[in-house]
Amino acid sequence: MSLLQIKNLSVEFGSEKNPFRAVEGLDLSVDQGEIVGIVGESGSGKSVTMMAMMGLLEGQGRIVADELTFDGKNLLTISARERRKIVGKDIAMIFQDPMTSLNPSYTVGYQIMEVLKVHQGLRGAELKARALELMELVEIPAAKTRLEAYPHQLSGGMSQRVMIAVALACNPKLLIADEPTTALDVTIQAQIMDLLVNLQKERNMALLMITHDLAVIAEVAHRVAVMYAGQVAEEGTVPQLFRHPVHPYTQALLSSIPEHSKGARRLVTLPGIVPGQYDRPSGCLLSPRCPYVQERCRNERPGITAHEHGAVRCFYPLFEKKEAP
Amino acid sequence: MFFFILRRLGVLIPTFFGITLITFSLIRMIPGDPIEVMMGERSLDPALHAAAMKRLGLDQPLYIQYFDYISNLFQGNLGASLKTQQSVWSEFTTLFPATLELALCALVFATVCGLLAGVVAAIKRGSIFDHGVMGISLTGFSMPIFWWGLILIMLFSVQLGWTPVSGRLDLAFDVQPQTGFMLIDAWRAEMADPEYNAGAFKDAVMHLILPAIVLGTIPLAVIARMTRSSMLEVLREDYVRTARAKGLSPARVIFIHTLRNALIPVLTVIGLQVGTLMGGAVLTETIFSWPGIGKWLIDAIGRRDYPVVQNGILIVATLVIVTNFIVDILYGIANPRIRHAK
Ligand SMILES: Nc1ncnc2c1ncn2[C@@H]1O[C@H](COP(=O)(O)OP(=O)(O)OP(=O)(O)O)[C@@H](O)[C@H]1O
Ligand code: SF4
Ligand SMILES: [Mg+2]
Repeated sequence: MSLLQIKNLSVEFGSEKNPFRAVEGLDLSVDQGEIVGIVGESGSGKSVTMMAMMGLLEGQGRIVADELTFDGKNLLTISARERRKIVGKDIAMIFQDPMTSLNPSYTVGYQIMEVLKVHQGLRGAELKARALELMELVEIPAAKTRLEAYPHQLSGGMSQRVMIAVALACNPKLLIADEPTTALDVTIQAQIMDLLVNLQKERNMALLMITHDLAVIAEVAHRVAVMYAGQVAEEGTVPQLFRHPVHPYTQALLSSIPEHSKGARRLVTLPGIVPGQYDRPSGCLLSPRCPYVQERCRNERPGITAHEHGAVRCFYPLFEKKEAP
Repeated sequence: MFFFILRRLGVLIPTFFGITLITFSLIRMIPGDPIEVMMGERSLDPALHAAAMKRLGLDQPLYIQYFDYISNLFQGNLGASLKTQQSVWSEFTTLFPATLELALCALVFATVCGLLAGVVAAIKRGSIFDHGVMGISLTGFSMPIFWWGLILIMLFSVQLGWTPVSGRLDLAFDVQPQTGFMLIDAWRAEMADPEYNAGAFKDAVMHLILPAIVLGTIPLAVIARMTRSSMLEVLREDYVRTARAKGLSPARVIFIHTLRNALIPVLTVIGLQVGTLMGGAVLTETIFSWPGIGKWLIDAIGRRDYPVVQNGILIVATLVIVTNFIVDILYGIANPRIRHAK
């Protein structure tokens, strides 16, 4: 059984009458110790999916799903109190902008110790020792003095290390990294990514890596899901998907790698942008931008269908063709 | 931090001179002089008048009067009331506790209710409670103190008879002013002579309630609105999302991670209310015949008691400035980004 199993997840914002589906019919599974990458342009619903799963959209988005289980627990029916025992402990998350993700009013040490106190009930010397251990784990130099530092005294890279320390405090089974390096300097990006991957290996935890950076996915991930406008367009193992993309969108995404491997927020090879709240087409969501579009695509929405190496959401997947016409 | 304080102190000196200049000239712009007001215009013999003016030094040109005033100030001499001949300082210290007690209670009322209302409104954003709080606080903010005070007196004192109309304590009690704070004095008097002074403390509280509410209404409205908007802003911060992603309880998320940061601007606003309270105290004390600084100053203006007006206002203004100064420093302490700035 998968550690995390999501089936047919939808997240709606806006009023009941005029809803906006930020995520629609999303399937995703993550096994223990697995690295799964999620790629997709800005606004494709990557963060919303994760937030929905973590229960962080309370009071904002409406969540429906056929299944949403983590480690055998049904996250759909679980009480808020029960969920808080999992979130931050067994599932942890780090975010895009480490500089604003730490509370400016508390020391780094406080923010690390807080999780240890709440989830593991540690106190006193043991608590301090464990916090220090975590700081050293994420390779923060002068860890002891840094415990007393305030977030504004840290660089972006250091802040992200602290966030990782917080996330790893309770040995989570799943770590979600939502574009953990986007806000950092290029040189720091690689360091943070290495740290994450090493920690993942060491502890055999599952890692859900959200990124714009396909090169990173190719390097570290086992499986990858490509998201477009709130849906999974294609999903498969990394070698297979990178070698033989079958969804037109994936293919376009991959052909943009050489020039724009880093931080490609928009795709140059496909004209247009991800449809937002008001311009979702009635047929296939990619139809206005798809080079292979047919009449049927404009009227009907394709469902996701499994194939030998993964799954794809397209009426005319490119099993043979490799090049756009 | 040191330079931060030094900079703030530097601003104080010109402010201080500005205040002396303004009070000095404003009170002299009101027609009539102390002698005239005291004797009545008609029965006044011009020769007597001139003599009295000379005795008070009021026949001198204005710039000399001002110079004398300032040099006296520098010698620590605040002058004496033209009416009572008591030194301004001693009159002030006698009356100030009454105002302080009123203002403190008003501020506590405004802060407690304002913070609570603001926090709940922010958490339940868009709810009926939220709209209610915002509507009421807008009304409260634009409520003229005079009118509001009279309405409350009519309702609670006259119609319902729940609270007394004026003063600090019923005359029937034998309470010696010791601290000057009626709540404390009445309490001690009741403890010392439980039979004769039974109910003195409660009576003091009942006297205080209405004026404190009236005086606290505007600060309450300001604090509630500020708290709400500041909370809403902080609730959107990434670090609040982090706090929730850590699996912390809603109470921890609100009180430890949101409120602490949201309070920083609110603290400043609360500090600034000291000015509003002093201004409001003048009106409130007049309506409720509360024997404090406000009433003292109004009376002094009425009889053109120059030394009392000039120096009384100067003392009050200094107090306001000093509290704002302390608030600034507290702001620095509450905000590590400022605390660490060199
Ligand atoms: N709280 C919210 N209320 C309404 N709409 C929202 C909310 N959060 C996100 N959305 C919308 O949902 C869509 C998906 O957003 P999401 O943040 O998941 O994108 P993303 O794939 O993470 O993009 P990025 O790469 O920029 O992080 C966007 O159109 C966004 O405007
Ligand atoms: S269904 Fe049609 S429009 Fe959509 S991706 Fe496939 S070919 Fe393109
Ligand atoms: Mg995102």
